[in-house]
Amino acid sequence: MDIFAQQLVNGLVLGSIYALVALGYTMVYGILELINFAHGEVTMIGAMVALTVIGVLAGVAPDLPGVLVVLGGILVAIPACMLLAFGIEKIAYRPLRKAPRLAPLITAIGVSIILQNLAMLIWGRQYVSFPEILPTTKFEVFGAHISLLQIAIVVLALTIMACLWLLVERTRLGRAMRATAQSREVAELMGVNVDRVISATFIIGAAIAAIAGVMVSAYYGLAHYYMGFMLGLKAFSAAVLGGIGNIAGAMLGGLLLGVIEALGAGYIGDITGGFLGSHYQDVFAFFVLIGVLVFRPSGLLGERVANRA
Amino acid sequence: MLLAILPFLMGFGLGNAWVRVLDFVLLYVLLAIGLNIVVGYAGLLDLGYIAFYALGAYLYAWLASPHFGLHLPFWLVLPLGAMLAGLFGVLLGAPTLRLRGDYLAIVTLGFGEIIRIFMNNLNAPFNLTNGPQGMNLIDPVSIAGFSFGKPLHVFGMTFPPTYFYYYLFLAFTLLAIFVALRLQDSRIGRAWAAIREDEIAAAAMGINTRNMKLLAFAMGATFGGLAGGLFAAFQGFISPESFNLWESILVLCMIVLGGMGNIPGVILGAVLLTVIPEALRYLGDLQRATLGHVAVDPADLRMLLFGVALVAMMLFRPAGLLPSHQRKREFAAEDGVAEQEQANLYDTRA
Repeated sequence: MDIFAQQLVNGLVLGSIYALVALGYTMVYGILELINFAHGEVTMIGAMVALTVIGVLAGVAPDLPGVLVVLGGILVAIPACMLLAFGIEKIAYRPLRKAPRLAPLITAIGVSIILQNLAMLIWGRQYVSFPEILPTTKFEVFGAHISLLQIAIVVLALTIMACLWLLVERTRLGRAMRATAQSREVAELMGVNVDRVISATFIIGAAIAAIAGVMVSAYYGLAHYYMGFMLGLKAFSAAVLGGIGNIAGAMLGGLLLGVIEALGAGYIGDITGGFLGSHYQDVFAFFVLIGVLVFRPSGLLGERVANRA
Repeated sequence: MLLAILPFLMGFGLGNAWVRVLDFVLLYVLLAIGLNIVVGYAGLLDLGYIAFYALGAYLYAWLASPHFGLHLPFWLVLPLGAMLAGLFGVLLGAPTLRLRGDYLAIVTLGFGEIIRIFMNNLNAPFNLTNGPQGMNLIDPVSIAGFSFGKPLHVFGMTFPPTYFYYYLFLAFTLLAIFVALRLQDSRIGRAWAAIREDEIAAAAMGINTRNMKLLAFAMGATFGGLAGGLFAAFQGFISPESFNLWESILVLCMIVLGGMGNIPGVILGAVLLTVIPEALRYLGDLQRATLGHVAVDPADLRMLLFGVALVAMMLFRPAGLLPSHQRKREFAAEDGVAEQEQANLYDTRA
């Protein structure tokens, strides 16, 4: 029971981070049908920028409470990532909007390589560690240890998702985004400034990614120039699992993938009689992904589109 | 003719390291041609292609290295590797054929990762792949008693094994090009093109779309397995590191950059993307010449510039460097119609 509860908690924490990153993928995909490969790297840049600011702040004002220092880091990382995503969209994706579908995918991969190597030049090849400034209080619930940080991550993630939901469903911009996703041409005819909406989508996704990046680095206690790759891959898988283009699907897919992964890592040894160990964690996640897609080809919450209506 | 003497020109002009680069160019051309069948001809986006390369390489290593004490001949092992890869192509393809565009992409990506993770971890409970350390001492190719493993001394000159492998790879690459070109205009190739453009219409015209898609997967995978076996023999050492997702993405970049579906374009893409990173190794010398010292480690700068090159080439030639005639026409056509066609090109839903 304790292992189960503990892994469930770990999975939920990890899953809410995946869900946040997945939101960025799914929003862009919903509007442009583009796999924004560079999104994982934007998350990484967010973590790196925040860590730098946090390091400086912790050095200048050692008396400042840790939460404020981290908040400072997040507040710098968000605009940095927004600016970055705005630039990426403008330079690498916008000119290719009428090109064949795989062309922007290649520039996305190129941008992702560029960002990774820039980060390596700036921050070096070694792991950057997260300073131990956050309180490490732990609670025990149902035999699972839950830290304050874990609670904060989940609560913050849920808050962000709720805000995004409101933004998309209740505001003018949200309506414009939904309209653009349905049909770019018709939205344009109705007076929606499509370019602006697309930029806004990228920027919102990047802001959320920046927060997710800080969460990951705080949770694992480190950041690395290569971290965006696997994180992006998992998040994209989560988005597909939930049904890509669907915001609720990304949230569900992220949480589910995190929990499956954590439980898989905890139990895979028992299930297979010790044949496969916890290093097969990733395999487990991908098997589930493939399994789900074979039986529900458009994801869990994806709308079922007839092949050609 | 040029192809025949190219390694000597490179070897004497630029050093033997470049002959090795040439060998890799040929391997990547082989891979790119294989992936082009799946992505370029049939329009199925495959992000896990390198898994087939890995399967071919590992099968070669199992059957021709001290790992299991087996030393089967090259001519037997290589087709077996290609067949194994082809079989896995069908195994992957069969359950995933219902998936559309990007869903298929993510499943193939997952498949590639699964294969890699298994390769990485199957050193326990029994040692199948030797884990992350990889397998070494793989037998070199040996034809009619002549081993490719040792350098050859003639006329007071020494030719390293890279020269022999060049001709071996060249033969296979030419064969692959021939097969791919013949396929393109065959009944099968036209069926693939029809599926790529509009699957429903293709089915209505009596094409068995399921079998045709499976065939594309199997054919592409077979080429991958073949290239993998050659790679294992050439390197003498393989490890899961060589088969990560970036390799799949690199091969995909080659065909999209060169001009998808068009064999000369695909070859050009493979050549460019293999040679550019190698050429960028000279950045250190360039910095020393212009700045007097090495300001930034060229190894760090190399990939950065590679990324820039990728973005720039794509922005200037969005249809690829040498697009196929069909796509060129679509680009030249008037906006409205062309746009619609473009949108449909890789999206069977539209």
